[in-house]
Amino acid sequence: MLGTVDRTSLQELARAELPGLYALARYLTRTRAEAEELVQDTMVRACRSFASLNDVKAGPKWLRVIMTNVWRDRLRRNGRRPEEVLVDPSPEPEHFSLYQTLVDEDPLPWSDTMHVDFLGAFSAEDIQLVLQRVPERYRVPLLLRYMDGFGTGEISELLSLPAGTVYSLLHRGREHFERALWEYANESGLLEQGAGAERPPRKEARSR
Amino acid sequence: MIRCRDVVERLWAYLDGELDETDHRAIEEHLRLCVRCCGETEFADELRGVLATRSRPEMPTDVKDVLEEFIDGLDPTNPNT
Repeated sequence: MLGTVDRTSLQELARAELPGLYALARYLTRTRAEAEELVQDTMVRACRSFASLNDVKAGPKWLRVIMTNVWRDRLRRNGRRPEEVLVDPSPEPEHFSLYQTLVDEDPLPWSDTMHVDFLGAFSAEDIQLVLQRVPERYRVPLLLRYMDGFGTGEISELLSLPAGTVYSLLHRGREHFERALWEYANESGLLEQGAGAERPPRKEARSR
Repeated sequence: MIRCRDVVERLWAYLDGELDETDHRAIEEHLRLCVRCCGETEFADELRGVLATRSRPEMPTDVKDVLEEFIDGLDPTNPNT
């Protein structure tokens, strides 16, 4: 428990969580400058309500909740309704399994551990570019779940969406992510060199 | 026994421990008998690991400097910070 409002405590928490907050902000916004601004607005709001934080262990998630709220408010100010941004009106896309696609296509015929080697060919930068290809409505719940560790119920509260909708967004998000991994691997020539081998620059795939 | 398609659809929720007991047991029972779905499960677990460990963009040094300076100026005792 934090007995008193403590400037040092907030600053320590903010500093420790800065890389994670920036990462989330980078996915919630389009540019570096917007991400920087979102982090700053989050800090200001956190500062105003710091006295309400009773358990310092809850600080990391508390900051992310604040960031998500600030992001939703910004969407509204820009004339977008968060619920519309996050609810998918399109019909169910065709089922896609990366595991099965790799079995069928056998892109690494020399490998005895193809599925592991396929994922091993992606650097962190590759994965981040792949995630940028996943539509926002799927990317946000997916990252809240797997990058920041929120449970489905928590995401439902955070985004003001029914739990069933969050399940559906996560399910579709995983399929979009798997499809995007496969497409990126093919377009960038990631698999041509073989896992672990030196690869040429892939300028086309890296451009946004 | 539930179909492979149903297992694959619920695999990530199963790994996340977010299924109810009945569904969780049904999938465990299926996985004991289905080699293909076991492979899907291992792969789904790898993918979850990839998202957890390789999804965070690094913060550029200049942005870090600006934000740390901003944090230094925060003051919870001043509502106008």
